[in-house]
Amino acid sequence: MKKFINDPADVVAEALAGLAAAHPELRVDAAGQYVARADAPRAGKVALVSGGGSGHEPLHGGFVGPGMLDAACPGEIFTSPVPDQILAASKAVDGGAGVVHVVKNYTGDVMNFQLAAEMAADEGVTVETVLVDDDVAVENSTWTAGRRGTGATLLVEKIAGARAEEGGKLAEVAAIGRQVNESSASFAYALTAGTTPSAGRPGFDLPEDEIEVGVGIHGEPGRRREKLRPAKQLVESALDAILDAKPRGRGDRVIVLVNGLGGTPLIELYLVYGELAKILAAKNLTIERRLIGNYVTSLDMAGLSITVTRVDDEMLRLWDAPVVTPGLRWGA
Amino acid sequence: MEVDLAIGWMRATADAVAASSEELTRLDAAIGDGDHGVNLTRGFAAVAAALDAGSFAGVGEVFVTAGSTLISKVGGASGPLYGSALRSLGKALPPGAPVTASDLAAGLHAGLEAVRKLGGAEPGDKTIVDAWKPAADAFEAAVAAGAGLPEAAGEAARAAREGARATTDLRARKGRASYLGERSAGHQDPGATSTALLFRALSEQAGNSG
Repeated sequence: MKKFINDPADVVAEALAGLAAAHPELRVDAAGQYVARADAPRAGKVALVSGGGSGHEPLHGGFVGPGMLDAACPGEIFTSPVPDQILAASKAVDGGAGVVHVVKNYTGDVMNFQLAAEMAADEGVTVETVLVDDDVAVENSTWTAGRRGTGATLLVEKIAGARAEEGGKLAEVAAIGRQVNESSASFAYALTAGTTPSAGRPGFDLPEDEIEVGVGIHGEPGRRREKLRPAKQLVESALDAILDAKPRGRGDRVIVLVNGLGGTPLIELYLVYGELAKILAAKNLTIERRLIGNYVTSLDMAGLSITVTRVDDEMLRLWDAPVVTPGLRWGA
Repeated sequence: MEVDLAIGWMRATADAVAASSEELTRLDAAIGDGDHGVNLTRGFAAVAAALDAGSFAGVGEVFVTAGSTLISKVGGASGPLYGSALRSLGKALPPGAPVTASDLAAGLHAGLEAVRKLGGAEPGDKTIVDAWKPAADAFEAAVAAGAGLPEAAGEAARAAREGARATTDLRARKGRASYLGERSAGHQDPGATSTALLFRALSEQAGNSG
């Protein structure tokens, strides 16, 4: 393992210290292990709190700031945060209007956020939970823990965050967050596995000419292995899965996220976007906005995910609203 | 069971998990994300520290403290699951010490119910339940047949080990391994494996204390 670290046990804490040093507009609470807007709590504003395992940066700490999250709780690498952390963050940013928890659908995240929400209720903080489960590589059935939360998390946090920033009420902010999730579908490929600092070796080995199809963001293997094919064909297959799961009609308008998983160069992400734009144009879908880059990552995994979210005027307006965070910044 | 044995069981579990950390991580890397050994080692080390720092009049308090510590320190799914199991075990026991083997039998079933309620897993889903349920059943059957704690704990340890081994052929239906579908078969479940360590530690400690 070659990484720019000191001790594997200190990676999360030392990275948080770096985030705090780089961004004085954020408040990093080392004891409570959360990142918050320095100006939180804001009286009367619905607060957005998210969190999950570390290793997905800039998600979630990099999305804290005006127009997006009020606080983020980073767990150990690929391990959900603990209820105490989530409770501390929720109390720290609650402005009296309630707190929305944005939770990716993984067993550990769901359990820890559920325990935290129960504890928050005991202390008089009202919590609404928005569950993100956009990854269509997983069947939504009794045979699985349900679809995973992946790329759509960014869109949920951006759009619901904008609604909260302009004064939306708790139920409204949660409702638009759920609408974004329901309108989204994602699919991912990996060329190599990421290496967690504690394990010291890649989560799985792949032969030179094979890829993992339908991977998540925690280094877990995908649904199956296939031979590597040209990007054009991989994009076609991913879009088939996405549009099968959440069909789009001619003339539908979408936001597209081409997201690198940490070890994929931008030149490949743009190549993929080019293929994707051609295919969607042929299907008469209008790409209203697009985002290309590394946003929801899996350490140093070489791979990418594609997210397609159907939008209306209201969702587009909220997407375009100002956002000022380390990882996403426009309009301000 | 006396307070000292309860604490000894938790400490022995911490040692067993630390000694098997690499194996648990290897099993988890095959069908999960490869951190089960590291996370449980971290969690049970915190349990041992919390038990060192506290003083306990009742057996139940030991398990409630251990469970609360796991929930607060581990994260992931294993923290809430093992934490809730131990908390429910502790709460199900009568106050004070000692508690009888049949108290413990009821407590182990309360722990199982907590895991099933929180995780929604049924036997056969390739989870902790597949080791915990046979262990709790074997413990209860042994006690009903007149066995004392050491013998019942031995039966539970054996049943947990066999239950964990039997998860190899199962297809996961809960947790992260479920994303693999059929590919999860052929690998022993790391959670069931750590549960087998927990019951082995109980058997060793109960046997040692006579």
